Amino acid sequence: MDALLLRSLTPGVIGVLVRRGADFAAAEDAVQDALVEAVRVWPDDPPRDPKGWLITVAWRRFVDAARAETARRRREDRAETEPAPGPAPSVDDTLQLYFLCAHPSLTPSSAVALTLRAVGGLTTRQIARAYLVPEATVAQRISRAKRTVSAVRLDRPGDVATVLRVLYLVFNEGYSGDVDLSAEAIRLTRQLAAAIDHPEVAGLLALMLLHHARRASRTAADGSLVPLAEQDRGRWETGMIAEGVGILQAALARDRLGEFQAQAAIAALHCDAPSAEETDWAQIVEWYDELAGLTDSPVVRLNRAVAVGEADGPRAGLNELASLSEELPRHAAVSAYLHERDGDRATAARLYAEAAHRAPTLAERDHLTRQAARLNAVDADRAEDPRGDI
Amino acid sequence: MAKYLLLKHYRGAPAPVNDVPMDRWTPEEISAHMRYMQDFADRLEKSGEFVDGQALAPEGAWVRYDGEGRPPVTDGPFPETKDLIAGWMIIDVDGYDRAVELAGELSAAPGAGGKPIHEWLEVRPFLTAPPAVTE
Repeated sequence: MDALLLRSLTPGVIGVLVRRGADFAAAEDAVQDALVEAVRVWPDDPPRDPKGWLITVAWRRFVDAARAETARRRREDRAETEPAPGPAPSVDDTLQLYFLCAHPSLTPSSAVALTLRAVGGLTTRQIARAYLVPEATVAQRISRAKRTVSAVRLDRPGDVATVLRVLYLVFNEGYSGDVDLSAEAIRLTRQLAAAIDHPEVAGLLALMLLHHARRASRTAADGSLVPLAEQDRGRWETGMIAEGVGILQAALARDRLGEFQAQAAIAALHCDAPSAEETDWAQIVEWYDELAGLTDSPVVRLNRAVAVGEADGPRAGLNELASLSEELPRHAAVSAYLHERDGDRATAARLYAEAAHRAPTLAERDHLTRQAARLNAVDADRAEDPRGDI
Repeated sequence: MAKYLLLKHYRGAPAPVNDVPMDRWTPEEISAHMRYMQDFADRLEKSGEFVDGQALAPEGAWVRYDGEGRPPVTDGPFPETKDLIAGWMIIDVDGYDRAVELAGELSAAPGAGGKPIHEWLEVRPFLTAPPAVTE
């Protein structure tokens, strides 16, 4: 059974139920039940029309639930018969669902959970495993989110930027459980790009593809991080890179630059370099300037300092860095890198150790600790070797 | 979304404002304290922010490897150990500010005289997996 096909049908089926008069929360529950049923029944008895099957089963679940509810409340007769099918589900249903699930009244974690379930068709358990939290916690998150958006009407257009932020969060979570969240984010962004013509949606999709294409080369077999300059570029997925570059070029041609397009442009320049030495750092610096004009994020300026260090030498990079707060995440790591390139190994070793202490992720901490250890070991050897050359 | 550990100490934390040891509370005050902790965990579960909560016995042993073919060495408890963890709560929240807000609520658990203990709790972020976007 094709689980992805099944999940890709989810938003459309919810849309049909909502158009037939179900409220969103009940429709979403009914479709989840239908998905579970499909996983159970389809392997032995595959339907000829998967979507029609899902609609029928989900509608029956909705009616049963509504009846139970009705019976509970003075046995009114309601939703007794199946109404005539509404107009064919359109991409518009899917689009409205994205807007609803990323509604600004939701906290980021609620929007993520609701999007993954209602748009992505993941089960509560899968989401819980992916985020390493108890299933009950995710179930609560989703039901609260549904309550929050229950007053929101599905027929008002939303802000695509909020949807993109949610998809970006999902992508960045990567791969930790039995669900590949990066791949799922790409699928959902692709689906969104098919439903709405917007250069930033294309920009985000390109950005995701250009990072995803290099994922395998980012970690060694033992799980340790491999810095960009040391990655085996032969392992980069050229097909995915070509697709990302094509999408990005079409978006840029429309001359409505946004954050995701600028970030994708930087990723594209990295992907385009046959070796680390051949990277077009001057152009990357220009893109960071564009990006800095679009957001006032200090993280962008930190990354720009790295690019300046590559384009104009470590001193120039350190000068850039001097204007930035040392409190910024990864400031010490960048400073360590630039100092080493500048030949100041003792400072670099000290800063790498400091950066390791403040690293937000386990893999980075281990990587930075190794960098500090490498420099300290070399310096210890030098001290023992009177010639001083290694 | 980020996970934080709210760490409660038997010993080793700075002195709380309402610094009366639990064995000097009235039984009702102890019950009120326990109820507050349970209600707090229930609230977190309903808000979709609960991951785990555990309490630890104050006494344990130190264990270490003692070489090939030999049983591990156990020792302790060592009364001189400064830091003694009493338990923890793990939360999954939207950011650091929310973690601090929740730790503040937990620290308001009632103690002697039914007044908040103002206990110091340690808030520690989890190290996560690296993000997918790196440049």
